[in-house]
Amino acid sequence: MPVFKFTLNGAPVSVDTEGDRPLIDVLREEFGLTGTKFGCGEGQCRACTVMLDGRPSFSCVNTIRMVAGRSVVTIESLSKDGKLTPVQQAFLDEAAIQCGYCTPGMIMAATALLDRDPNPTEATITTSMNMHICRCTGYPRIVEAVKTAARLKAMAESREVNHVAAE
Amino acid sequence: MLPQNRAAAMADPERYELREAPVRFSGVDRRGFIQLTASGLLIAVFATESDAQWGRAVSSLDARLIIGKDGRITILNGKVEEGQGARTQLGMVAAEELKVPVSQIDVVMADTDRTPDDGLTAGSRTTPSTVPAVRQAAAAAREILVAAAAAKFQVDKSAITIKDGAAQSGSRRFTYADLASSDGFTESMKRAPSGATLTAPAEWTVLGKPQTRLNGSDIVTGKYQFPSDIKRPGMIYGCVLRPPSYGATLQSIDLESAKTIPGATAIRDGEFVAAIAPNAHAARKAVRAMSDSAKWQEKPHPSSTVLFDHLKKTAKGAGRGNTSGEPDKILATASVKLQAEYNVAYVQHAPMEPRSAVAEWTAGKLTVWTGTSNPFAVRAALAQAFGIQPAALRVIVPDFGGGFGGKHTGEAAIEAARIARDVKRPVWLRWSRQEEFTWAYSRPAAVITCEAALDGNKLAAWKMTNINSGTAALDTPYDAANRDTRFIEADSPLRQGSYRCLASAANNFARESFIDELAAKAGLDPLEFRLANLTNPRLRAVLIAAAERFNFKARWRKKQAGRGVGLACGTDKGSVVAACVEVELGGAGQPPRLVEIVQAFECGPIMNPVGLRSQMEGCILMGLGAATREEMVFENGRVTSNMFSRYRVPRFADVPPKMDLIFLDRKDTEPAGAGETPIIAVAPAMANAHFHGSGHRLRSMPLKG
Repeated sequence: MPVFKFTLNGAPVSVDTEGDRPLIDVLREEFGLTGTKFGCGEGQCRACTVMLDGRPSFSCVNTIRMVAGRSVVTIESLSKDGKLTPVQQAFLDEAAIQCGYCTPGMIMAATALLDRDPNPTEATITTSMNMHICRCTGYPRIVEAVKTAARLKAMAESREVNHVAAE
Repeated sequence: MLPQNRAAAMADPERYELREAPVRFSGVDRRGFIQLTASGLLIAVFATESDAQWGRAVSSLDARLIIGKDGRITILNGKVEEGQGARTQLGMVAAEELKVPVSQIDVVMADTDRTPDDGLTAGSRTTPSTVPAVRQAAAAAREILVAAAAAKFQVDKSAITIKDGAAQSGSRRFTYADLASSDGFTESMKRAPSGATLTAPAEWTVLGKPQTRLNGSDIVTGKYQFPSDIKRPGMIYGCVLRPPSYGATLQSIDLESAKTIPGATAIRDGEFVAAIAPNAHAARKAVRAMSDSAKWQEKPHPSSTVLFDHLKKTAKGAGRGNTSGEPDKILATASVKLQAEYNVAYVQHAPMEPRSAVAEWTAGKLTVWTGTSNPFAVRAALAQAFGIQPAALRVIVPDFGGGFGGKHTGEAAIEAARIARDVKRPVWLRWSRQEEFTWAYSRPAAVITCEAALDGNKLAAWKMTNINSGTAALDTPYDAANRDTRFIEADSPLRQGSYRCLASAANNFARESFIDELAAKAGLDPLEFRLANLTNPRLRAVLIAAAERFNFKARWRKKQAGRGVGLACGTDKGSVVAACVEVELGGAGQPPRLVEIVQAFECGPIMNPVGLRSQMEGCILMGLGAATREEMVFENGRVTSNMFSRYRVPRFADVPPKMDLIFLDRKDTEPAGAGETPIIAVAPAMANAHFHGSGHRLRSMPLKG
């Protein structure tokens, strides 16, 4: 079987497997990264969202062959040293979790959205996350969480700037 | 456990459980096994386990609650967490009675080796049955703490106060950790987990305050292992071959074709055929390879285009009724009367996590991790399927990715265990989305007829008959001395079973639409007509609260082009709900669009406002899906609405711009569940709003203008 090399959560990895195997299966079965969830297998629910070269992408339709040489980031690598990111913290605080199965995909999408647009309107949040299904359905709480995350992120960044300035 | 629960279940079993003719979905073939997979769970629940649907009593406190030497307290309960918030609620309840912070509590759920059998997680029963059991256990443990502290300090129990998780007398403190290390502790925990004094709602300090999900950190970091995330040493991956259509039987198949996929093999047990491979993708490909070689005998199957005629044609007799007075006599002679028929399509639960299981046999003992709302019944089903004792079986239910009444069964558990028995390794199995849509059971479709006579603005006679979908909330909450409500079984083309509120949504859609039609007939506004025929004070309270906040009377009198307003109310499972909505009319064949909803709800004293809000929003939006676009479509035994691209569930963009929720907090009443009833008002309110805006009555769900 062919060997595919790619960058996973910042580290170079390789996997010896069939090229048509979905990325999500490789992440979950070969690397034990089960935070990425399977919902539909057809790119319609986005539960399986990961970052591919810095952009949110579904991992169910993408095969491992398509990922070779590229960079993949999964939910497991967001929080560092046990500290939640603003988006993760906001999902907790705003009770944007019901069953929690869509949550990792939502958090990946929200993280990417805030990187592009630090202060999105409700309409922007709705549009950019509309392909994500929360069947429970916690959409109103998730929208609140993204708005809260934007505030938390701005606060954290201004603290960082102050910290750097103080140094 | 609680006699009234048992009585409720016995009186109305169909309301909660899968009820199906033995359809031949591709389970397994041996006679005992197929009965089990297709209808065996029904037998398991209602014959051998009939007393257990709502659980078994716990006689000793330590079966319900463990106090560790570190002072941490573990609550054991057999309920499951599927997003409805039971874990958090039960943790809060325990913290309240123990007088400790919620963070000191661990909640262990649904593990047949560790937790009590608290029955099926359904029917909004956690709040009225398991919550009291946990409250009692926690209060009993607190009483033990107080007694031990009083003995140690040589003071009267009345001199002990509990603060900051410790029994205190003056400056002396005695904690749960101290208790766990004290003499006689183990024996003291053998007392019955009942008879303790509970904290009154007015005294609550933990309950009634917002509490977010207890294991939420592990969810947002992706660490939490859902059933489909379980991995065991030496585990391999299974995939089951499904028939091409309902009722198809396997004539021949080439199992060797599975081996064209590297590492894959196949097993066959009569009609049960599965592939096993080192990874899930290979297992799926092996099933496809075998599928190409399979020959099936298909049989005719009614299509969704003729569904409602089929249900009417196959309706079995007069059904079971609930009659009082002389409705027929009054209807025969009444001068003002009305009749209408309503239809409700099948819908799917479509939880985000498909059915899945990991099964592992070790030395004759079977352990299964699976997402089911019915852990002990699944254990019974597995025991029956494999001819082993329940004691040799363990079913573990990690918090799972949604159920909504759709996971009362254990199909994936049985399938994974069947494969694992042959291959002698742990087996992982997860249904595909297409399998979920096709072979999971649906919410029953319904044909509902309503007939009523009016005497002025009062209901003189009321008749309502539900074909196929069930009795939940079939009895009218309106005052009608002369009434007949009736449920008639029919042949269901699809597997059908429970759902969030099950038949209540259909029955309330029909009743609240028909009440609206009667209001128009009587020449009254829909609110006035309801209030004239409704004495239930709780239902009146939510109806009035929603109508006032929405300014319903004024907005109903004023017509707006392309828009309409409507309302609906209802009651089920001990709670009451009312909604006022504004809709934008859709084009021809299109559903109306919900632009505003004011919904009022009351379920007794509010235990967790955060959880309650989530349930209410979730119900409204899930109800919106079934009201507007969700519909199972099938033709010649093939479900064609078998993917999210063909079965349209609500999306972010469908959330109405204005959602105003009113929660009435009734500390003077017993708490009722909140995860279901808020779903029943949105569809009829929208149909009524569509009529208000267009003059055209929509009598079929999903609504199509």
